[in-house]
Formats: sequence, C-alpha cells, structure tokens
Amino acid sequence: MDDEKVLDQAVAWRASGKNVAIATVIQTWGSSPRPVGSQLVVSDDGTFVGSVSGGCIEGAVVHEALEAIKTRAPKILEFGVTNQQAWAVGLACGGKINVRVEPLD
Amino acid sequence: MKATTLETLQRDRAAKRAVALLSDLDSNEERLVYPDSPTSLATVPPAVAEAIKIAAIADRSGVVKIAGKRFFINVYNPPLRMIVVGAVHIAQPLARMALLAGYEVIIVDPRRSFATAVRFPDVTVLSDWPDDALATLAPDPRTAIVTLTHDPKIDDPALNLALKSSAFYIGALGSRKTHAARLKRMELAGFTATETARIRGPVGLSIGARSPAEIAISVLAQVTETLRQPATDAGGARSDPAADAA
Repeated sequence: MDDEKVLDQAVAWRASGKNVAIATVIQTWGSSPRPVGSQLVVSDDGTFVGSVSGGCIEGAVVHEALEAIKTRAPKILEFGVTNQQAWAVGLACGGKINVRVEPLD
Repeated sequence: MKATTLETLQRDRAAKRAVALLSDLDSNEERLVYPDSPTSLATVPPAVAEAIKIAAIADRSGVVKIAGKRFFINVYNPPLRMIVVGAVHIAQPLARMALLAGYEVIIVDPRRSFATAVRFPDVTVLSDWPDDALATLAPDPRTAIVTLTHDPKIDDPALNLALKSSAFYIGALGSRKTHAARLKRMELAGFTATETARIRGPVGLSIGARSPAEIAISVLAQVTETLRQPATDAGGARSDPAADAA
C-alpha cells in the first residue's frame, strides 16, 4: 500500500469514530528497509496498515502506538543494535531507526 | 497530529500539490508548508524555510536542527510521472516497470492502433499528437519524458516541448546516427547545443541491453540515476560506451 493510501486509511478510521495513531520513520542510520517518511497507522483495535521496517519492529511500534492513543502524547522510539530491547524485537538488518509515534487528535 | 492537518494534507496530495509537514519534535507543534509558495514559506523562520525547500527538491524527508530546535520535515511531493511517446514494444515493459517504481505512466501515440488500453493496462493512454498531449500534461520537475518511436514526425514535436519544460529527464530512443541527425534537426529548430544536451540519446545506461525488457531496465535505471544522483550523472556521457571505457 502506498503512503498516500496509508494516511487515507487514518482519515477513514477517524471518520468512523476510531482512535488512531500515526507512526513515522524520522531518522535512519546504516541499512534500513524503509526510507525516512515511511508511515504506519494504527487504529485503537490494533489493526494497522503501512510499514516502518521490513516487518522487524512493526509489533513493537503498534504496541507503542496503542499506548500513545491512551496517553495522547507523541513519543520517539529508537530501534537499533545499540538498544537491547530493539535487538530483541529483531532489527536484524543492523541499522538503527527512530520512529515517531503520535496520536491523531 | 490534528485531524484537520491530516485532512488538509491528504486533500493537497490528492490535488498533486507539493506539501511538507513540519513537526517541532520538542513542542510537538505542526504546520503544513508549501515549498512552491513564497507566501507559505514566509510563515516559518528563514532557515527552516530554506531546509524545507532543500528537502522538497531532493525529495528527502528528515530531521533538521535549527537554532537549538529539532524539526522533522516530511516531504510529500506529487507522484513521479513518466510520459512515454510511442506505444511501441519497448513501451510495454517500460510502462510496467515504471509503475512498479512508483511512476504514474502516460503513453502518447497518435497512431490509434498502437495506443490501446488493452496493450497498456493500468496506465493512461492518449492517442493525441505529442505536442498537444505534452502541452496539456505540463511536464514538471517530477516528470520524465522518453520518446521511443524514432519517427521524427512523432518524436520531434515531443522533444521540442520537452526541452521547453522543466522535466528532470528527457531520453530519446535511436542509434547514435539517428540521434546525431535528431540533434541537427533540433538545432535547426532553434535550440542551442547546451539545450539539446539535456536529451539522453541513445537512451538508457550502457548495460548491453538487447530485449525490450532489458532496454526498459536500462532506461529506468538512467531515469533513476538522474532523479536520485543528479550530481554524478554526467549529462549523457554515461550512455556512451566510449566514455565508460575512458
């Protein structure tokens, strides 16, 4: 799904009364499967469209997105080989990426 | 993000307008800025406006630090377009590959038996003369133009309009001899050698392509190089095997 359709989905979910969070790749170092600007949107039932990696960190990002919907606060997540937890979620390509997660007001 | 910001952003993108979403990563304030509009750029500090302009031209989103503040600039450029003049055999794999690479593809060929939707699924097919078609399509810096008929009646009017446009890539199929004759005609039509040097001919990177699909790969590779690495793109020399050997 291209990025334009990803954000269209966020608009559609919002219109149907769902709470939504948007995750965006804001910085990358080394090899990373998706470029800066790539987006993923999550609805409050955990459904998501789009991608911010090759599938390595989507699970963790969706989890944080659901948190952001609850707290109403944007957050920057860091994933990479220097981060033990991120290594655990498996950014095996060896890169480092920062993802900003923000609720849609 | 505010729902109203998102709705405006998606409306602008649907209207194929270049737009950047500026997010202050510390205060979480956000604002849409239009890189083509001086009025819009004037709504942010000059250094931020400059960063937005650079990001839009390079088609590269990213984080910038300006005066101790961190901003994320997310660039949403209108889609890339490829105008292919000549609904010929090579145009078929080229159209499919360009679609995969994210281009909106428009095929132009005044010969109605060539320009049919059956031969070109998922792309816009126009059976207009190329000068009419290009005048309507208005090629911009996100547009590549490739002529494939090597028939001067069809290719030349297209190249004429292409050279007057800001298309980022202009390529013309034809042998070295055909291309030399073409350049001569373009110069007789009033274009300078500097202007006609924008035309990449023989089209495509020199990779020994033989089949239509391989030629399409060499063309799309050259278009990609021109788009993503304009500094290293040697203005036509790359497609010259002699230059590669030198």
